Amino acid sequence: MRRRTIAAAAAFGLLALTGCGAADMTKQASPYADAHGARTVTLSVQSWVGAQANAAVAQYLLEHELGYRVDTVQIDEVPAWDALSQGRVDAILEDWGHPEQEERYVADKKTIAPGGELGVTGHIGWFVPKYFADANPDVTDWKNLNKYAGRLRTAESGGKGQLLDGSPSYVTNDRALVKNLDLDYQVVFSGSEAAQITQIKQFAKEKKPFLTYWYKPQWLFEQVPMTEVKLPPYKEGCDADPKKVACAYPRTPLRKFLNARFADGGGGAAAFLKKFHWTTRAQNEVALMIADQKLSPGEAAERWVRKNESTWRAWLPK
Amino acid sequence: MSTTVTTAAGTGAPPARVPLSDALARHRTAIIGGVALVALLLGAVLLGGGSWPARFAVDLSGPLGDASDWIIDNRDSHPLFLYFFGHISNAVVLSVRAVYLVLLAAGWAGVTAAAGLVAWRLAGIRPALTAVAAFAVCGLLGMWVPTMQTLALMVVAVAASVLLGALLGLAAGLSDRVHRALRPVLDTMQVLPAFAYLLPVVLVFGIGVPAAVLATVVYAAPPMARLTALGLRGADAGVMEAAASLGATGRQRLLTARLPLARKELLLGVNQSIMMALSMAVIASVIGAGGLGDRVYQALASVDVGAALAAGVPVVLLAVVLDRVTAAAGERIGAVPGRGSGLGWAVAAAGTVAVALAGRYTGRLSWPDAWTMDIAGSVNRAVDWMTAHLYSGVPVIGGTADWAARFTTWVLDPVRDGLQWLPWWAVLLLVGVLAQLIGTWRTALTAVLAMAAIGVLGVWDPALDTLSQVLAAVAVTLVAGVATGVATARSPRLERLLRPVLDVFQTMPQFVYLIPVVALFGVGRAPATVAAVVYALPAVVRITTQGMRAVDPVAMESSRSLGATGWQQLCQVQLPLARPALLLAVNQGVVLVLAVVIIGGLVGGGALGYLVVFGLAQGDLATGLVAGAAIVCLGLMLDRVTQPAGKEPRDA
Repeated sequence: MRRRTIAAAAAFGLLALTGCGAADMTKQASPYADAHGARTVTLSVQSWVGAQANAAVAQYLLEHELGYRVDTVQIDEVPAWDALSQGRVDAILEDWGHPEQEERYVADKKTIAPGGELGVTGHIGWFVPKYFADANPDVTDWKNLNKYAGRLRTAESGGKGQLLDGSPSYVTNDRALVKNLDLDYQVVFSGSEAAQITQIKQFAKEKKPFLTYWYKPQWLFEQVPMTEVKLPPYKEGCDADPKKVACAYPRTPLRKFLNARFADGGGGAAAFLKKFHWTTRAQNEVALMIADQKLSPGEAAERWVRKNESTWRAWLPK
Repeated sequence: MSTTVTTAAGTGAPPARVPLSDALARHRTAIIGGVALVALLLGAVLLGGGSWPARFAVDLSGPLGDASDWIIDNRDSHPLFLYFFGHISNAVVLSVRAVYLVLLAAGWAGVTAAAGLVAWRLAGIRPALTAVAAFAVCGLLGMWVPTMQTLALMVVAVAASVLLGALLGLAAGLSDRVHRALRPVLDTMQVLPAFAYLLPVVLVFGIGVPAAVLATVVYAAPPMARLTALGLRGADAGVMEAAASLGATGRQRLLTARLPLARKELLLGVNQSIMMALSMAVIASVIGAGGLGDRVYQALASVDVGAALAAGVPVVLLAVVLDRVTAAAGERIGAVPGRGSGLGWAVAAAGTVAVALAGRYTGRLSWPDAWTMDIAGSVNRAVDWMTAHLYSGVPVIGGTADWAARFTTWVLDPVRDGLQWLPWWAVLLLVGVLAQLIGTWRTALTAVLAMAAIGVLGVWDPALDTLSQVLAAVAVTLVAGVATGVATARSPRLERLLRPVLDVFQTMPQFVYLIPVVALFGVGRAPATVAAVVYALPAVVRITTQGMRAVDPVAMESSRSLGATGWQQLCQVQLPLARPALLLAVNQGVVLVLAVVIIGGLVGGGALGYLVVFGLAQGDLATGLVAGAAIVCLGLMLDRVTQPAGKEPRDA
């Protein structure tokens, strides 16, 4: 008798498991989405503050003007593409160029749809603090960097000059650059942008010289003015082979991407996110409020939205 | 909190050797030394020096890259995903969602009331008040919704871990063969740093809650399994005999005698699972688990220590409440058997429902915004002041940045360079000899094989770099931890004073203190070492204190009557007698430091930790998984080399 019950239970369990047929791995929303019966948009936020600024303003407008609930999830760039393809997040608002991912998800699998340009142009480079560049004008050319290696030495760089690099999720050719340009430098990976910013601020407080990988647009320039070091100029395709790179980084117009299903059926939210388009200055303004004045992203967004109605009115779907 | 002391529960056992090899054993050290010397000479002649030779290494980046591509390309269409992983993923999402919706529907008043009343029924009035206060603080800090998200995830993850752990433990408790087979698996799971297997889980399930829950279960199930098996195996033989003589069937004996007798261990298992799961809940934020962990992680991104702390405090509070309640419940069940009064529970349930309904109808479902306070500003000012004044230029002793530089130059660099300078076979030999001296031939073999595996994986140099950081951090942890432990063992007042501090150190998510650590010590390996010390210290202090306390009072008394001074007593009686506990402290120190090594990758620790973080960030399975596997091997090797109870089969 009991055995039969168990068998029946097992059969029922199996049936329950398979009865609903195939699970759709491209429809994997977060369990926290759409609680309270609200329509939810999930935005992915990358670890730098510019990305937080985009998300904060988009979140504010989606919630206050369009009546959505917004969830944000912090994910690194490459995994964010994956999450976007599965529908765990609905949009990436600031992508710095991932041709491989684009090929795979946009062209082949068609699970991700392009969402247009953000309006901000990104640029990666090597920077020294302004006080150091002012005192030593020739440091801003890579050809003279070896002269300064001794002054840029730290305990961590093992007898060479230190080139401070950032988070592992960032696009970087620095190891190859140091090798191919024959520089007497050691790339020290700070492991996260937070650690890198903290270290830069500490250096700046003491007016110590440093050389760092950094990027624009970035709010930190307002606090620690930095001058870019000239690398051999960028030419189309000079960074094709990651081992042979010996040129500067390109300028990248930052782009938005949406989950394909969301792009088609996302209604007002999708239309809004496609139209979202602002300037480097505007983004910096919000970023600085978050990172420097320590406002919560929500508050920072609210302040910006109050002042710039004409800008964001145009983003709202009619 | 007894969070991490599960590795070797049976410590005090003296080495039990086979009588036949008595003579051998007496000269063991000499024999091993001789053999090692011969091997050293032979190695120098036959193998030469240098780092791990490339011809013995396997490059896995090709096959691992292919595997990762295959998974991504087939995840939306292959039956394995559609009919198996997809359903697991959906089940997790559904259950977390269900719990989350219930918590939201109960409102803050209902949840707080339920927490208080359940704590009252299980543990008494004081834990109940703590629970209510803790939930109120979560709301006050403006973290109500993230706290509920984390709680929902925890409920599901802990339930799954307890279920899985109990099943495994049941099998191991009832069958010797299963027990033997399971032990190395559980050992391995325990030395696995959680970060190392986030990547494969993410690849299969994608970023998000299902991956987070499954990674948590892997991490939190082993203590439950161990303790369940321990409880079942430890059942009093007399009682079992009596039950058998009364004609009870196997199942009856299990249900009426064995399981009830083991309930203390079972509850301790639940307690341990909860603590492990909670520490994982924050790490899992890296793969998009949401909730409190995500808040900490986002605050870290904008270098906002205050905001990170505001999200970290609820994690600590949840840990303290859950730990106290389950621990008190365990003691109660042991003390007063069969105290199940239905009335009390009915009152508790009715109270919860009443409060929840009251909250609902007054329209106060979510925590009122006006009732929050902002601690971020003042915390940030305090941190800024501290880093501005301590970083450098402190007279005489120098600033923290100078210390960090000196520590890097004088300790970390020589140890790393020394290890990397050693020929690879000499490192293997060293590991083998050490493991042999402390453990058995078997542990020595495991240690050597684990170390060799690192070479084969092709990450020999970064692994030795990581090893040097671990050794330095463990040394600092032990010096500080044993000194503090000795002090607290002598002064109960100091112990009471330190207890909350240790609790916070142990449960505060490491992401919270990474930024202050970088601000004080700069980017590099030094801050990574500091972060590891902070995390590992509490366990070492606690184990040392316990060990010193457990020293036979008669021995202490007699030494005092012989006129020994306090110092002599400490060095010649207490420390030697507490040796097993001290060895366990070393072991735990090593395992815990290793668990933070990856986090150190986030502040410039480099080496394996950085490679794992890199793999996660770039979705690069080959780099991340190989580095993760190397960390596991390193963990196994270190565990075996420092395994204090090595000669006695561990009791779970």
